[in-house]
Amino acid sequence: MVPSTPSLADGRACVSLTRTAPGTRGAGLSEAWFGVGGASPSPVGGGGAAAGARAPLVTAPGAATMTQSVVVQVGQCGNQIGCRFWDLALREHAAVNKKGIYDEALSSFFRNVDTRNGGGDADIHKGKIFSLKARALLIDMEEGVVNEILQGPLRDVFDSKQLITDVSGSGNNWAVGHKLYGYQYREHIVEKLRRTAEHCDCLQCFFVIHSMGGGTGSGLGTFVLNVLEDEFPEVYRFVTSVYPSGEDDVITSPYNSVLAMKELNEHADCVLPIENESLFSIVSKIHQMTSSGKLGSTVKQNSLLTSSAGSIKTEQEKPFDAMNNIVANLLLNLTSSARFEGSLNMDLNEISMNLVPFPRLHYLVSSLTPLYTLADVNVPSRRLDQMFSDAFSKDHQLIQADPKHSLYLACALLVRGNVQVSDLRRNIERLKPSLHFVSWNQEGWKTGLCSVPPVGHSHSLLALANNTCVKPTFTELRDRFMKLYKKKAHLHHYLRVDGMEQSCFSEAISSLSDLIEEYNQLDATKSAPGTYPSRLKIAM
Amino acid sequence: MSIVTVQLGQCGNQIGYEVFNAICNDFHSTHGLCSKKENESYQEACKERFFSEEKTGVPVARAVLVDMEPKVISRTLSIAARSGHWRYDHQSHFCQKQGSGNNWANGYSVHGPRYRDVIMNLVQKEAEKCDRLSGFFTVMSMAGGTGSGMGAFVTQCLRDAFPTSFILNQVIWPYGTGEVIVQNYNSVLTLSHLYQSADALLVHENDAIHKICAQLMNIKKISFRDVNQVIAHQLGSVFQPTYSSEGASQYSRSPLGDLMESLVPHPEFKMLGLRNIPQMSENSLTYSTFTWPGLIKHLRQMLIANAKMEEGIDWQVRPPLPGHPVPPKASPNKALHFNTSIANLVVLRGKDVQSVDLGGFRDPALYTSWLNPQEAFKIWKTPRAFNKYEKSASLVSNSQFLLKLMDNIVGKAWNMFASKAYVHQYTKFGIEEEDFLDCFTTLEQVLSSYASL
Repeated sequence: MVPSTPSLADGRACVSLTRTAPGTRGAGLSEAWFGVGGASPSPVGGGGAAAGARAPLVTAPGAATMTQSVVVQVGQCGNQIGCRFWDLALREHAAVNKKGIYDEALSSFFRNVDTRNGGGDADIHKGKIFSLKARALLIDMEEGVVNEILQGPLRDVFDSKQLITDVSGSGNNWAVGHKLYGYQYREHIVEKLRRTAEHCDCLQCFFVIHSMGGGTGSGLGTFVLNVLEDEFPEVYRFVTSVYPSGEDDVITSPYNSVLAMKELNEHADCVLPIENESLFSIVSKIHQMTSSGKLGSTVKQNSLLTSSAGSIKTEQEKPFDAMNNIVANLLLNLTSSARFEGSLNMDLNEISMNLVPFPRLHYLVSSLTPLYTLADVNVPSRRLDQMFSDAFSKDHQLIQADPKHSLYLACALLVRGNVQVSDLRRNIERLKPSLHFVSWNQEGWKTGLCSVPPVGHSHSLLALANNTCVKPTFTELRDRFMKLYKKKAHLHHYLRVDGMEQSCFSEAISSLSDLIEEYNQLDATKSAPGTYPSRLKIAM
Repeated sequence: MSIVTVQLGQCGNQIGYEVFNAICNDFHSTHGLCSKKENESYQEACKERFFSEEKTGVPVARAVLVDMEPKVISRTLSIAARSGHWRYDHQSHFCQKQGSGNNWANGYSVHGPRYRDVIMNLVQKEAEKCDRLSGFFTVMSMAGGTGSGMGAFVTQCLRDAFPTSFILNQVIWPYGTGEVIVQNYNSVLTLSHLYQSADALLVHENDAIHKICAQLMNIKKISFRDVNQVIAHQLGSVFQPTYSSEGASQYSRSPLGDLMESLVPHPEFKMLGLRNIPQMSENSLTYSTFTWPGLIKHLRQMLIANAKMEEGIDWQVRPPLPGHPVPPKASPNKALHFNTSIANLVVLRGKDVQSVDLGGFRDPALYTSWLNPQEAFKIWKTPRAFNKYEKSASLVSNSQFLLKLMDNIVGKAWNMFASKAYVHQYTKFGIEEEDFLDCFTTLEQVLSSYASL
């Protein structure tokens, strides 16, 4: 972990702010954030760790002491999702943070920077919010998406030093992304990552967002994953990967995906696979429910899992926005307990610890409920229980999978909002009998309670399952790969890239097959009765 | 003499707060039901035991707060201060940023040694504030990473630094159906390590307390706060001042010493259970009256039948009759009917404590044969009522209370260990498979010892 060089601003220099021009921020963010006047608390000394020293910081309460995460968004898909994430993150914090004070929750994903004249780029750790900058790295080998972001309402959230772009794209070719651009941009990438890490007091996690089927997200994205492991071995690597569907119009997506899978197998701590078909079904379902006469008028618009209502984005939503919002919400919920308080915290390192029983089995199937909340606030516990049931239904999973009929290795439930431990326990007891858990983890539940609900909801649930139901996604991928590979279709496009050899392909498919085999072996234990190992005998 | 409390991890800190809060509320109680003089003695003793005096007049809890992430401690410090009646010393805490990730090895092998000096300094400072130090409470859960792993390490450090002080670990047993998936590993590692350094382990089970909240307190939507408040009440009911011997004129100066002396005659047997009666919601309290014979009868049967609360007690269970052959003890996996004790302590508070007949607890049939029943059973009492209960009785027992529970946890952990699941997460931080085996061996030993009583 790179030690930070802290810079404390003297809070008393925090004079009244001039309002930023309307239109650069949008409706929805609390006016208080850009308000005038008011004393800011003077900073208490705290960030004095010498560079390199691992000496403990005995900090005064109030100093920024939480961990930070950095988002690395790679490729077109990765950046589109990333953009939605930052937008909704700002919305979420604005809803909770009424006073416009830069607090610890915000610091997990945002820096606070004084961008006024002569302010430089120094981080301001306490006091009023000046200008929030995302802890992010935006990487794309085409300029389209990133340029759009930089011209859009979120432009002030990113600074130009956080971007790596090129013009010609990767041609849907993993080898171009990974070997060509990877080699070319490695130093750039390392340098920018280091800079982002230096702004973090205590960097805990990298979130990589990308798609598997193309060239940049898939190839360069997994290259970055390697770099993260090499340069920051202590920092967790959570990867959100969008897998291609069967009807994907990119012919070579199976190659790209399988080549990327090998990297995910070997270098990611946790992977959250996502499939567009699932996102699309959820979007359709919501659309159906809200436009049908009955519920349409009573649904709280900003509660829709797919909605950007209340965020900065004011222009019309693009077709993928709704789907991408779902993934953005996934990441927000995943990190909620690390940012906000609750009676049973679930930090990111706990997710990896509890859900990954063997190093390579780190693929987690996720589901989010509820999809929307009705404006009628009265929530009997029956509705709460419905939320728990829905989390296990195949319609709510973010990949095409049915966890209920496969084998659980472990399951995590992260609850947000007004839910107590008794609600949690009641529902686990109720749902347990219909779920199959592996014999050595019959009570494999990890739970978390975060007090702060998402925008528009009184409570919500994120379920993360390490479940063999992920296997079909992989076997189908393998089948599609083999169809192409047997005919050697398009291979030459890959092999002509420097550093790319046939063995890359054979190793990749082998890695995938091994993974599938591990899941097969676990599935085989599902029907066999558990044989319990005999205990140690003590001689008296 | 004073007790210094070390609150470890989220659970330890949340509960520690409730304990000090309950004690402080009891301190201020106007329902003491005793003479003014008595009340003043009680308050004096309570203060010395748990709080230090500050110039501002607001009592400061004798506590050190430790956690590897900052949210809980910062909340705990502020809600205590807001109460106006007591607070923590805001220098007496240590936290880091990352948490232990529910990883016992991370807590024990990484965080422990790394922050040992800072933490022990804080403990030393608190100890120095005491005129006379009786010993330490630690409060921690077994399921997580900080309370359990770092707690085990800190307990060892306490033992090394204060070889003559008593150490009582309050250990929270997690819900059987997961809060944390690796909780059984963490529990096995914690218990086996604590056994080496602590004088005794006082166990509180989330499942049992949860039932109390549901059935006795009638709480509909039970939160961790509710659970923690019940635990705090139970602890307060034991450790608030009492007279520990017949005819004593002063409140006991050394509660931990007295406890260890009565209940832990042999280092192989350190597991203590706690029962408290009556337990009910405040509303019901105003309409209820109790008689001592009734309370004592229930408490005795709770001991014999290993019941966790005063409802649903199995009255069929009986101690073996004298002269009849003792039925062969079932192995730990089969349901134990009769709970054999090594030693028991009953604490009585409130009206008419002088007249209470505790003969039933002196029955030799309840105990193993090593100790004279006179030695195996002790009473502490005070006429000063506790926490609005006109009469209350608590039982601290060194018996087979925890045998089945412990056996369960060891069994599940062993089952998981056989498949090697999650072991890589521990070896990453230096706890190897051999270390696991050592811990299993230690605990099987303890189980065997308790089973053969």
